Order: sequence, then structure tokens, then C-alpha cells
Amino acid sequence: MPVPVTISVNGRAVSDTVEPRVTLVDFLRDRLGLTGTHVGCEQGVCGACSVLLDGVPVRSCLLFAVQAGNRSVTTVEGLDDAILLDAFEETHAMQCGYCTPGMLIAARGLLSDTPDPSEDDIREAISGTLCRCTGYVQIVEAIALAATRLRQDERHG
Amino acid sequence: MKAAPFEYVRPASLADALELLAEPGPETRIIAGGQSLVPMMAMRLARPGRLVDIAGLDALAGIGRGDGGIVVGAATVQAEAERSPLLAAEAPLLAAALPHVGHVQTRNRGTIGGSVAHCDPAAEILLAALAMRAEVELASVRGPRRLALRDFAVGAMMTAAEDDEMLVRVLLPARPAGLAIGAAVREVSARAGDFAVLAAAAEIGLDEDGVCRHLRLAVGGASPVPVTAEAAERALLGTRADTDAVREATRLVAPLLEPWDDQRASASYRRRVAPGLLARALETAAERARSPEE
Repeated sequence: MPVPVTISVNGRAVSDTVEPRVTLVDFLRDRLGLTGTHVGCEQGVCGACSVLLDGVPVRSCLLFAVQAGNRSVTTVEGLDDAILLDAFEETHAMQCGYCTPGMLIAARGLLSDTPDPSEDDIREAISGTLCRCTGYVQIVEAIALAATRLRQDERHG
Repeated sequence: MKAAPFEYVRPASLADALELLAEPGPETRIIAGGQSLVPMMAMRLARPGRLVDIAGLDALAGIGRGDGGIVVGAATVQAEAERSPLLAAEAPLLAAALPHVGHVQTRNRGTIGGSVAHCDPAAEILLAALAMRAEVELASVRGPRRLALRDFAVGAMMTAAEDDEMLVRVLLPARPAGLAIGAAVREVSARAGDFAVLAAAAEIGLDEDGVCRHLRLAVGGASPVPVTAEAAERALLGTRADTDAVREATRLVAPLLEPWDDQRASASYRRRVAPGLLARALETAAERARSPEE
């Protein structure tokens, strides 16, 4: 039986009724039309569906929408982060784009608590997100570049 | 890959959650992080009629001192445990296990108690807690009970919890005083963060002469429940745990293993590799005990 749920999605409170078995990723894509979050394996392996839940990366296929009730979700559409996006573009850190939303969310999660990550930190942070083109080297470069620019921005801003 | 329909309840208190578990009716499962249960539901390996969500219950979360050791609330999120200075200082073996558990995204949701109650043979949290001789506290409307973790974890994905009981706390014994402690977890997996084919946990305590006075050794992924290598522990206590002694003693774990063939590795691979993996975990732990600043 559908139950009421209110979730803050990209800063906007969304109230709806939802079957408990609907995952957060299906709710975001099918109900809210936020198709930036990709859905891949639906069993918590590929990481394409990663979103920020109260600011930290989680897999939205391993979370029923009802479990996100009264919590805050940020999807790739809500990632207001030009420095990070530009870094991905400049280093050619995307090929088919399947993993990109998950990679951006993983990168945001990392840079929020580790502003000066080592290459190992970056690799660890994206280890739960599979790039099916295997373009990991450019993704690691992009996150390192974004980290450098965000630190400069912090100093000058 | 979609879960079957179920009813979802978010109780306001532990008492309410226990009432729900005690009610007759649909198969009721506790959910907290859901990082093992949700994929099982998606694959229809689990099909509960009702989920009771305990994630918001403060009484079940947090890490503190108590009962002569460290008490970890069952719904404590793994990422929170990973950042806990108390856990790092007082339960170094569990702290060493946490970075091996899944990935950042799953550790941000998964809980300590959820992993213990799921009872996967290769789970690192279960491995470390068994090695530490942890106890668990269960609760039900009939009252609490406490038992050794080795009596709770009765088989692969099987625990001694009754249908109306839930895991509420994991109790870790205090680390021994006056010794230099080192702890390490080593594992074999296809890629970092994947399910472990084999995992080994080792904690060593050295006195000021470098003699081993405390040992906790266990191997996961090669038996239905991780095994504690008690014979190896006894063999090394009172020695300096040098390389030859470690290599010889860790072979004593072999007869305890009941390995199997699966898509990740053969039984014979597991049997051959497990003692060496345990030896490596112990060597890393001993290095950390000898140079604690690292």
C-alpha cells in the first residue's frame, strides 16, 4: 500500500505517496523525472545510481524511497559545482557517460571532507563506481584537477 | 530486479520495534542500512512481508565505553565507526577491518549490527568481532539476553536470534593494558572492496621485551562462520612471534577450515592460501605493534 513521504530533493521539498518497494533511484527518475541519476545493476555493485544523502554518497538502488523520508537528497542535477564539471570536461573524464553521475557524486563526497586528496584517496573514493569504458585514469586526473582548483578558489575567494 | 511488495513501518522507539517483531503475521525483518538486505530483496532471495526500519532510533546508535569494554550500538553506521577515535584506540582490530567493508557508498549506510546479524562467512566486521571474542545483546518483548558472538553466529547467514529478537548491541572486550598493540586485516578479493574470497584478522600485544602476551587470530571465507585460530594463538603466546614461528603456527588453522568451491575460488585454493594470509595479517599487526607511530 502506498505511503506518504516527504524528501528534500536538490533543496526542494517533494511530497508524494509511494509503494514501499520503490527504490530511491526509481522514485527520482520515474516520479520526479530526474534522469541524471543512472540506474545500472540495481543490486549495489556498479555505483551509477549514487546520490548524496544528507551530504554523503550512497547508492540510491539500495535505499527505498520511504527510507529517505525527511532527509535531504542531492542528485547530479543539484550538483552546483562548475569547477568539478569543468575538470571532467577538460581531462576527457567521460566517454559513454554511464558512470559519470556516480563519479561526480563520489568526487563531491570525497572533496567535501578531503580537500587535498592523494591519488590513493581518489582511487579509493571511486572504487565503488564502475566505469564500463575503463577510463579511470582521466577520472582520477579530473578529480585531482578539481581539488587543486577548489583549493585555489578557496584561497582567493 | 525489483523487490516484492512489503509493508514498511518506522517505529518511534525500540519498544515499539520489539512489539512489531512479536506480532503474529507477515515475516518481519529489521532494516537499518539495508546494504545486504535490499540486494537480497531485489534478487528475491529475501521476501519479507514487512520491514521495520530502526535507522532513526538513537538508542541503537553510537559507540561508548561500558561493560568493561566498548559497546557498539547495532545501528551504528560503519562510516561513523570508521571515524571513531574511541574505536581506533580501544578496538583496533575492528577499526582495521572497517576500510575493507564494501565501498564508501555502502559504508555510509551499512551498520555494524546489520553486518553481524547478516552473518556472511566472509564479512570483515563479523571476522574481527569473532576474533576479539565479542558478545552480542539481543532484545525482545520477553527481555534482553546476552551471548557470545560465536554462539550467535551459528552458520552461513544463520544466527541464534529467534524470530521476535533483534540484535541491539555488540560488546567488545577492552584491549589489554600495558602492551603495545597492533592489528591488521588482510584479504584476497578480485578488486579492493569486492566480497572477500578469504579474509584474515590478527591482533597482537607485545610486552616491553617484545614478547607476545596477547593474540587474536581468525580466518573468514573458508568456513560457514569465520574461525578463531586458538591453537595458533596458544603456540605463539610467550614467543617473540618471529617469521618462522608465525609461519609454523598459522598452519594450525588449516584443520579448522571447511572450504567450498564457488565462482570466486576453489575449496583447495582457500585451504592452501588461508594459513599464509593469516601469517601476513599477523606480520603486519606485529610491525604495527613494534612501531606504533605508523
